[in-house]
Amino acid sequence: MDFSFDEAQQLFRDSVDRFVAEHYDFETRQRIVATDDGYLPEHWQRFAELGWLALPFPEGYGGLDGTPVDTMIIMESFGRGLVASPYLSSVVVAGHILNRAATEQQKQALLPALSDGSLRLTFAFAEPTSRFDLADVSTTATEDGAGYRLNGYKCVVHYANTAHKVLVSARTTGNQRDPMGVSLFLVDMGASGVSARHYPTIDGQRAADIKLDNVRVDADDLIGDKDHASAFIEETCDHGIAATCAEAVGAMSVLYEMTLEYIKTREQFGKTLGSFQALQHRMVDVFMACELCRSMVYAATCRLTESTAERQCTASAAKVQVGKAGRLVGHEAIQLHGGMGMTDELPIGHYLKRLTMINTMFGDIAYHTARFRRTANYFSL
Amino acid sequence: MDIAFSKDVQAFRQEVRAFIRTHLPDDIKHRVERGEELDREGHMGWHRKLCQKGWTVPNWPTEYGGPGWSLAQQYVFHDELAFNCAPRLPWYGWDMIGPLLIEYGSDWQRQRFLPPIASGEEWWCQGFSEPNSGSDLASLQCKAVLDGEHYVVNGSKIWITAAHVSDWMFALVRTDSSGKKQQGITLLFIDMRSPGLSRRPIITFDGGHEIDQCYFQDVRVPIENRVGEEGKGWSYAKYLLSVERIGTADVARSGTMLRRLKTIVASERAQGKPLLEDPWFADQIALLEIELKALEVTELRYLFETEAGSDLGPEASILKIRGTEIQQRITELIVDALGYYACPDLRPALWQDANIPAVGPDYAMLASASYFNLRKLSIFSGSNEIQKNIVAKAVLGL
Repeated sequence: MDFSFDEAQQLFRDSVDRFVAEHYDFETRQRIVATDDGYLPEHWQRFAELGWLALPFPEGYGGLDGTPVDTMIIMESFGRGLVASPYLSSVVVAGHILNRAATEQQKQALLPALSDGSLRLTFAFAEPTSRFDLADVSTTATEDGAGYRLNGYKCVVHYANTAHKVLVSARTTGNQRDPMGVSLFLVDMGASGVSARHYPTIDGQRAADIKLDNVRVDADDLIGDKDHASAFIEETCDHGIAATCAEAVGAMSVLYEMTLEYIKTREQFGKTLGSFQALQHRMVDVFMACELCRSMVYAATCRLTESTAERQCTASAAKVQVGKAGRLVGHEAIQLHGGMGMTDELPIGHYLKRLTMINTMFGDIAYHTARFRRTANYFSL
Repeated sequence: MDIAFSKDVQAFRQEVRAFIRTHLPDDIKHRVERGEELDREGHMGWHRKLCQKGWTVPNWPTEYGGPGWSLAQQYVFHDELAFNCAPRLPWYGWDMIGPLLIEYGSDWQRQRFLPPIASGEEWWCQGFSEPNSGSDLASLQCKAVLDGEHYVVNGSKIWITAAHVSDWMFALVRTDSSGKKQQGITLLFIDMRSPGLSRRPIITFDGGHEIDQCYFQDVRVPIENRVGEEGKGWSYAKYLLSVERIGTADVARSGTMLRRLKTIVASERAQGKPLLEDPWFADQIALLEIELKALEVTELRYLFETEAGSDLGPEASILKIRGTEIQQRITELIVDALGYYACPDLRPALWQDANIPAVGPDYAMLASASYFNLRKLSIFSGSNEIQKNIVAKAVLGL
């Protein structure tokens, strides 16, 4: 049992924290999310130079052989700074799929480019009628000569605006909600028949709805075995869950710190807000929620590489815990800041926006409570 | 980072589990599982077996008769006791008097008082609260005046768990009222058979008798029964609160209760189906289980940090708060799950020789009584509000 970071992880954490502290103050962040791209390409280049884009990939493909703990470290820091970038969608999520499912040849072609920053990807899995069920896929891929033709509609695809290619889950056989029969394809964003409607999300990041109209892909663009992508997709989204939960822990820590500082200094009735017991107890609730979430993020991260059932039930537990805590911490931070908490000028509300997005991403509290129930046996550590 | 116990600790867990499963008598297991209070004799049947194994004082160093276990081993030991429905170790002796005397006691006190704790021959109770000193403990007024080689104690102590089965009380008494209220408090060991000490049972609304009020009328306590210095009792009491309290969160007891709840919803039927298929119940149980999991990992994280050398500080209070909230919630859900069979008052059927037949399923017998009884959890050992005050002050700096 070891809940600590080793020396290399400690150094890595310091370096990400330093970047966020030096280059990502709140005003800069607000300027960045107001740009057309919703992220700063110079930063992406810097991420590449620092090796962050290569983090989770094997050395043989230009990667750094990082672990889920490394991803957790970077995501927590990003959460602290409310960093808006395609890191999650491109490196953590799409990168994981390629790393796990792609052929040797595909990996050689794609991972080094992903690592050096010249290639950005995203993953289109959600559909208007699928809600959070990853196997609920109406988009179809029908064989066409040596390749396939894709038809369908994918929604809220993160940072599709900056992606060169998009991974698409499409049904090659079976019925709409069958886990069997889902396949993955790599589609060029500029391919004929791909149309995207780009928009900002509530937290200032970017997403798009993507329509696929008779899009032609080659047999080489199939990622992983035909019909058998569901397990990879589930696993990938569990990695996404661990990463977003780590990001949420970073965001909640900042809300906790800012609110604590505020009630220690703001005076009303001739004394600080923090001297009122009603507010002290609420602040302890916030502290408690942050502590419990941090533990669950550690557990979910460590369990990513365990058995499927353990991975799933721990990821779902973390997602539920973070979803509930995100609301509690965000709401209390606003309430304790009073009118100031309602202003656009203060970061507080913007953290709640990100936490709200995170609650929805990869499945909300209700969805993961149900998945936890399906996957958890009597728990044991 | 690795959240699993080491191979050694996992092997140790198996050893503990095997011992309990071999030696724990079925009737005791059954009574613990049902939430029944054991009498002292019931406890001792099991305690003697644990004692032969040298496992009754898990946190003590070997020189005082403990097994010399690591914190992780201690955690796993209590975890297995709870998981297998073994009784808790008798209150206060192993967890409080042991560490207290090892830190502050005289040689004579250690020799006199530690061995009978390990063997189970002497049981202890805690005399802290008074009728007018509850959460504001330092305001206590029970008086002790030195008279030659004895302190003469006058006053009253209340909410004393297990006073009626205890041999000794460790009591905070006032020896000086001139300074700040935290000063002038002294810690004494009082023989429960002392002349002038009388006791009144307090029946809680679940019908149980766990606590008493004690009255002291010129009770004479030999000076050698004073722990440490006169007037330093408050700092010893604070030390007791800071001592690593393995299992404060009672995760494994909650786990066992949750297992019981799951058995109940699997057996109970609603609309022609097992109750566990009811979406409301299913969700409530899953949400609780998730809360419990988060608490468990947090406790292990704190345990690791303590083993790594950092002081487990007042953060431990959050374990008590959340742990008790979860246990209380489980008992509520058990009552909900039972429907009408939560209503019969079947406690008389448990009286010895009562020969009163029970009605309804066995698991329903004490469910409501347990629910009522466990309301105490958020009140005793420093109410949850006091715990929040502690965290607000000591962790948050408010």
